[in-house]
Amino acid sequence: MSAPNPAAAVPAEPATLPGLRVTLGVDRPMRLDSGAELGPFEVAYQTYGTLNADRSNAILICHALTGDHYVLDPHPVTGKPGWWEMLVGPGKPVDTDRYFVICSNVIGGCMGSTGPKETDPATGKPYGLGFPVITIGDMVRAQKLLVEHLGIDQLFCVIGGSMGGMQVLQWAVAYPESVFAAVPIATAARHSAQNIAFHEVGRQAIMADPDWAGGNYLLEGTRPHRGLAVARMAAHITYLSEPALHRKFGRNLQNRQSVTYGFDADFQVESYLRHQGITFVERFDANSYLYITRAMDYFDLAADYGGGTLSNAFRKDGKGTPVRFCLASFSSDWLFPTSESRAIVHALNAVAANVSFVEIRTDKGHDSFLLDEPEFHQVIRGFLEGCAEHRGLTRAPTP
Amino acid sequence: MSPLDDNQAAARTASGNGIRHDLKLVAEMVEPGSRVLDVGCGDGALLAYLSRRKGVDGRGIELSMDGVHQCVAQGLSVIQGDAEADLKDYPAGAFDYVILSQTLQAMREPRTVLETMTRIGRRAIVSVPNFGYWRIRLQLLLSGRMPVTETLGYQWWETPNIHFCTIKDFVVLTEDMGIRIERCMIVDRKGRVTGHAHSGLANLLGEQGVFLLRRD
Repeated sequence: MSAPNPAAAVPAEPATLPGLRVTLGVDRPMRLDSGAELGPFEVAYQTYGTLNADRSNAILICHALTGDHYVLDPHPVTGKPGWWEMLVGPGKPVDTDRYFVICSNVIGGCMGSTGPKETDPATGKPYGLGFPVITIGDMVRAQKLLVEHLGIDQLFCVIGGSMGGMQVLQWAVAYPESVFAAVPIATAARHSAQNIAFHEVGRQAIMADPDWAGGNYLLEGTRPHRGLAVARMAAHITYLSEPALHRKFGRNLQNRQSVTYGFDADFQVESYLRHQGITFVERFDANSYLYITRAMDYFDLAADYGGGTLSNAFRKDGKGTPVRFCLASFSSDWLFPTSESRAIVHALNAVAANVSFVEIRTDKGHDSFLLDEPEFHQVIRGFLEGCAEHRGLTRAPTP
Repeated sequence: MSPLDDNQAAARTASGNGIRHDLKLVAEMVEPGSRVLDVGCGDGALLAYLSRRKGVDGRGIELSMDGVHQCVAQGLSVIQGDAEADLKDYPAGAFDYVILSQTLQAMREPRTVLETMTRIGRRAIVSVPNFGYWRIRLQLLLSGRMPVTETLGYQWWETPNIHFCTIKDFVVLTEDMGIRIERCMIVDRKGRVTGHAHSGLANLLGEQGVFLLRRD
């Protein structure tokens, strides 16, 4: 990284991030969907729990757009608790006393895995826009190399929400023999036009910030904080729901008795969004945001694997997928509405796959998968227990 | 909760230990180790029973969220869905048995549902309440009002059961559709199995019929 400009409020990122790290693609680079090659490259990851003797109890967690591999650890930049502590941990539905849990930062990300802010070995400078465009398929390809590196032939389960759910689907379709069970949550088999549109708004906000500097802000010593904050604000609205926003904020005013007839944050909801934007830029890289949103836009399983028909993607050698699926959606999620999950269920039915599907009633919108939703958690626990029985996993972890 | 949810919840609540009597009759018709789809599987009582006792590979479809949650939380493979919308996706012969218990009369298009069931299952097992049951006939005759019984406890304006039939009606429909009744059990009020599907007596004494069906 080049010397930062002290005038720009550059986040105080720890010199070395906690967690594990591996260099992959050393012998031969990884071929990307774009045709470009990447390698050697770094993957930052975390593990929790113990891998059993026959290596059959591994669960891979796939994180969402702005997530990372700190599932249970405090975030190294913000200090906030791990992002899926509600669902994962000792005695939790994804029980780390029982399962060996792996989560890696996606390539293209900014929390330790190779992405646009890391140094390009060819130039000695940050990749910036020189980083190749990556896809969900590329993210999963890198995860597959990591899982192989860990000596695991078949994952007991791959689980994730939103973009994480896309990776779960990708895993199940690209490597069905390496996945026993798949749990795609609040996701879709392709990114909708509306969602691509929202992403484009975010990207344009970043690129319209002069501090973005054509993607070279690390070299210029600037940071497109304003653009990235606006991108986050717009996106954050899509993660909530109208009823939840109304319940939380209504038209309440922020620390004032009446409107000011100006453009300060009069309303609590404005203040809240500004806060979301400001805190986000401390922990996220603007170029990573461009790359990862693009990866989601390009995601279309039916086109890539099914010749335009989703059910074909779940068929191999004339047979339906052997993977056991559990899909979950949330009734108030309008970013990845239930209809998207149902389309996947229909495609899986068409190949007579083993599938469970639950829509959880909640008014908390897309973000519900990260929140305290007891019904959702019960479903995940029950599904995993059922699968563990079928997989012959004993209750006590093998030392 | 919609009346249909109510109907199914009431119909599927396990009575005492084990499962409801008519579900046991259904279970009797299922070969061990087979692939089963239970349509309207409620809280999963039958699926759990079948997978425990007969080692079947069981799946379910259930309309009510509560039912689906209960099923999936106990490890059953169940999707939240509507039989009439979601059955058609399955390929032909995907299951050895497709089960529809006490729900045919609540379908918008029972004939289409039967057609789909016998396509996606090598066999179908259907149980139907008999509207030709003598108590129902008597109630209508004597009171002149739509019958309300213990098992069909709805007023006409709230009932989810929009397509009642008698056992005779059901048999005629299967003949019309070229569906063979391989086995049937006509059950009276006390759970005794009586008669034969084609006899007038069965149509009078049977409170419900359980049929094992196969497309010719």
